[in-house]
Amino acid sequence: MEIKDIVRPENLVYSKPRLLNDNPMHYCPGCSHGVVHKLIAEIIDEMGMEENAIGIAPVGCAVFAYNYIDIDWQEAAHGRAPAIATAIKRLNPSKLVFTYQGDGDLAAIGTAETIHACNRGENIAIIFINNAIYGMTGGQMAPTTLEGMVTSTCPYGRNVELNGYPLKITDLVTHLDGTCYVTRQSVHTAAAVKKTKKAIRQAFENSLARKGTSWVEVVSTCASGWKMTPEKANQWMVENMFAKYPLGDLKNE
Amino acid sequence: MKGNEAIAHAAIRYGADGYFGYPITPQSEIMETLMEEKPWETTGMVVLQAESELAAINMVYGGAGCGKAVMTSSSSPGVSLKQEGVSYLAGTELPALIVNVMRGGPGLGTIQPSQADYFQAVKGGGHGDYKLIALAPASVQEMADFVKLGFDLAFKYRNPAIILADGIIGQMMEKVVLPPFQPRLTEEQIREARPWATLGKRAGHHNNILTSLELDPARMEENNLRFQAKYREIEEHEVRYEEIHCAEADYLLIAFGSMARICQKVQEVAAEQGLKLGLLRPITLWPFPSKAIASLAHKVKGILVVELNAGQMIEDVRLAVNGEVKVEHFGRLGGIVPTPDEVLTAVKKTFL
Repeated sequence: MEIKDIVRPENLVYSKPRLLNDNPMHYCPGCSHGVVHKLIAEIIDEMGMEENAIGIAPVGCAVFAYNYIDIDWQEAAHGRAPAIATAIKRLNPSKLVFTYQGDGDLAAIGTAETIHACNRGENIAIIFINNAIYGMTGGQMAPTTLEGMVTSTCPYGRNVELNGYPLKITDLVTHLDGTCYVTRQSVHTAAAVKKTKKAIRQAFENSLARKGTSWVEVVSTCASGWKMTPEKANQWMVENMFAKYPLGDLKNE
Repeated sequence: MKGNEAIAHAAIRYGADGYFGYPITPQSEIMETLMEEKPWETTGMVVLQAESELAAINMVYGGAGCGKAVMTSSSSPGVSLKQEGVSYLAGTELPALIVNVMRGGPGLGTIQPSQADYFQAVKGGGHGDYKLIALAPASVQEMADFVKLGFDLAFKYRNPAIILADGIIGQMMEKVVLPPFQPRLTEEQIREARPWATLGKRAGHHNNILTSLELDPARMEENNLRFQAKYREIEEHEVRYEEIHCAEADYLLIAFGSMARICQKVQEVAAEQGLKLGLLRPITLWPFPSKAIASLAHKVKGILVVELNAGQMIEDVRLAVNGEVKVEHFGRLGGIVPTPDEVLTAVKKTFL
């Protein structure tokens, strides 16, 4: 048997999702965004929702999410994605509407929009990439930056007296009556990727079933911002981030 | 009914898809009337009280991006908060209607009427080179009529439009003929008329991406040049104004909105005293009726610009007049509304 006898369509076990286009991604090696993008593209295709999905991209590293996943997108002002999603979903109740946001976007500048969209129980899915740092602007402190963690705007480490505490916003929205599903996942291992896929799928299904706001935090790495190799970043995340942001469902109604 | 109530009824009758707002005096009757009317049970219009002005204008952005007819309303301090979203609407070329029922500022200011947001509305209150189509109603009837006009112009040019009213026009009660009901567009009709709308990518079609971001400066310059070309087209075709007794006038008053109403009384009183005053009332503050003003400039002996501010529109009048004739300003500030006698005295002191 030769290679050409093996490489045949019927033997394929993996392929790039159909909705993920060929544009070269701008993400750094080891970044979690690419994996989550792939999952979203895969899930929308599997759900057959390509014609009814509307994504809202954030300001931050994922600002160009719209360049990679071939669905309709709106690009939001920094932090405002949940407000935009609110109107899109209310005006188009049968659509799959989701935001894709980072920690600075969702938990700092957009905190009010985030909390109130969740509290109203908007039938949207919020995908929250938490890498504890501002990646796009070059590694500044984020609301989720860990105590003692070094960034360019807390070069001596996050000092809670000076900078306040890391914001566990996922825990916070769990207490809001409007959220129906709140979970914290990661994509650092194949098993974790599978779980995150299941979580995003459920969040999307909840949006369509109009069950309330669904929230999927993905505890993520930012190898460049953290100034680590991708492998070291994963290891650091497991050792440090998971202690503050433990994985698992916080609410599933 | 009140001007504010007229806006609400006109929005429902226009077939607006959504209203998103946050309470602020002196325009809260707009959302209150909508909530009382419950249009979601009749036309299907969505009405939502947002958590802030920022959220409200971004809800407008989201709805506008779906090709829907969506609007918000506020008063001066709230409209300042909305400026981020207004700039994004302009930068993404999204049609939407914004209503500002102006009150006195700066800061929290006063809840009494003012026209001090002229600069903000016509010179671009947010960041970047952009223009809003700015309509200035002078009656409750125009509050109702300009909802349709504002939406229609916004959709025609894919550009946000603003109704720049003030506390007087919002609160005063007049008879009004409400526009007829027109149906809301279906999703299919929106997809047909506004192929840029994000309603879900159709099989065989390219996906729609609505963004104001472009990191390549060459392409960003192209975008800006496209906006500017559109603004020139609007300036060419959409100037609206009213001339009252201008042909035989010795002196010209220029005023918009509530001040134009007061100036009509000034004209009457002046005529009784043998003084012939014309009135030019800009209806569109942008595009500004510069040509009409320029052509009147050499027919009169002087122009008094009457505004409820310290002198804002007068800058555009002076640019139009270009030194042809003396142009002076009269205004009251802080929520004070002048009497017709005060304005007439100002005319006499300035020119006689």
